[in-house]
Amino acid sequence: MTAGRYESPAVFRPGRAGMKKHHKIPETECRKGNRMERYYQKDIECASPEEMRAIQSEKLQKQVKHVWENVPYYRKKMEEKGVTPDDIRSIDDLHKLPFLSKADLREAYPYGLLGKPLKECVRIHSTSGTTGKRVVAFYTQHDVDLWEECCARAITAAGGTDEDVCQVSYGYGLFTGGPGLHGGSHKVGCLTVPTSSGNTDRQIMFIKDLKTTILCCTPSYAAYLGERMKEMGLGPDDIPLKAGIFGAEAWSEEMRQDIQKTMGIKAYDIYGLTELSGPGVSFECSEQTGMHVNEDHFIPEIIDPDTEEVLPVGSEGELVFTALDKEAFPMIRYRTRDICSLSREKCSCGRTLIKMAKPRGRSDDMLIIRGVNVFPSQIETVLLNQGYAANYQIIVGRVNNTDTLDVHVEMTPEMFTDNLGEIDRRQRELIDGLKSMLGIKAKVTLVAPKSITRSEGKAVRVIDNRKI
Amino acid sequence: MAIKQISVFLENRPGMLDAMTKVLADAGITLRALSLAETKDFGIVRMIVDDVYETATVLKDHDYISSRTPVVAVQIPDVVGGLHKVLTALTAANVNLEYMYSTLAGSGSGNAYMILRVEDTKKAEEALRAAGFTLVEEFPE
Repeated sequence: MTAGRYESPAVFRPGRAGMKKHHKIPETECRKGNRMERYYQKDIECASPEEMRAIQSEKLQKQVKHVWENVPYYRKKMEEKGVTPDDIRSIDDLHKLPFLSKADLREAYPYGLLGKPLKECVRIHSTSGTTGKRVVAFYTQHDVDLWEECCARAITAAGGTDEDVCQVSYGYGLFTGGPGLHGGSHKVGCLTVPTSSGNTDRQIMFIKDLKTTILCCTPSYAAYLGERMKEMGLGPDDIPLKAGIFGAEAWSEEMRQDIQKTMGIKAYDIYGLTELSGPGVSFECSEQTGMHVNEDHFIPEIIDPDTEEVLPVGSEGELVFTALDKEAFPMIRYRTRDICSLSREKCSCGRTLIKMAKPRGRSDDMLIIRGVNVFPSQIETVLLNQGYAANYQIIVGRVNNTDTLDVHVEMTPEMFTDNLGEIDRRQRELIDGLKSMLGIKAKVTLVAPKSITRSEGKAVRVIDNRKI
Repeated sequence: MAIKQISVFLENRPGMLDAMTKVLADAGITLRALSLAETKDFGIVRMIVDDVYETATVLKDHDYISSRTPVVAVQIPDVVGGLHKVLTALTAANVNLEYMYSTLAGSGSGNAYMILRVEDTKKAEEALRAAGFTLVEEFPE
């Protein structure tokens, strides 16, 4: 169990070999530099475009038929649009199908989009419901398996093998983060440490004592854990971790660099949403230039959110997904409200799966302040660039019919000086930096360290006090 | 000869200074001098204490951010124009003063002191000593 940083020894751990044979051992390895690139399902992850097209087209026809026959809610939408399963011959016909939106999910709550009898369902998961009614998603055993397989691909791409110790510090429960990575970790054959979120000192104790090599949690919790480890005097060399798989909230490239440095790891992004199963819809490889979409299960499209027109690969727009094999909760052309772009550029990891850029922000996160679109991730980028920590809160208000934007930033030992003029100069620099990034002026308030509430799941970054 | 001043970041809200002085009181720290510099949102508390290391540790344990700054502590003669003489000596040596505050540190001594934050601590000390002033490293009990 002495997996070093980035080179996993090709030897089985004594005493564990043969203990679990239900999982697939990564099929293929190829040498790239000094790091072995591993795949969980190479035939799929490195399939030729023609092979992938064939898989998708076949699955799509089957899925549309399944939905037509079993989900009256969606059938009605198809009928309104004048489409029948016979019109869907290949993925080229995808654009003919109607969209599903979050509003549909609310309307159909709880059973309206169910594609299988409850008798065949084995589990539900649910969103936090902060933006309205909760979404409840249903899973058959087949759905759980395909989801966990997607997570297994992500863990393998992050260098995980059955020699690794994988600590899942995402919340367990209704939230998909914990159960998804937990299942994926089992499939890879890692020793899974199901700590769930919270109890930070215990998390660190397990990382140290069990020599955890892969950490899965939200990026804000990873940053918090890193901070705490630093306080405890643990440097990158004292931390056995080699990789982190962080998702479920928007985070910036600068935050990634920060986490990587503090813990001495490589930090991989992972993307997903409860509606589509959970984390693992797409995942990052060692190149860290976008997330490979598990296209054999989820077809991505980018549309213009206003005209609903499909945009060519490379354009930025709203991300739409069609889940190809999910039985119990089959989402067709589901509008995620995430804003990003897709890329077919060749990836050095060898995977041919299409890549999606880190979403610039979920359109739920997007704030419209004085008519300008503002994403919290933009503010975070400026803060980290100027040496502040990613501990901030955005407070939006309205005074005399004008929006106000106040960014609360925690003071750090690095940024503190006895010289008021110097603090003032840095503060003005920050205001200028925000202005050039956002196009509007923000007020900056420096606050005491640890005064901004840290959630141990998702961070509360935005407080919108406007009453509209 | 310079002594270390502790500067602490505090939010400018009711009770913030109170909470900090409680932490110091509970730790048995004696304050010799204190001054506040404030902006609308936050302030910096500048203090001379009897145990710099202990104070820094206690503050850190309570999640305060602090820094240590060298300052010059000079005894001011209790005569008309006492402070003026100190400043004249600094001007003659071309020393720029950033800020200063006074203290009567140590009830028994009867002396007044000025805490000076200057650009060049060493130069200031030399100039003051040459002009016959008494610099202190530690305040009398």
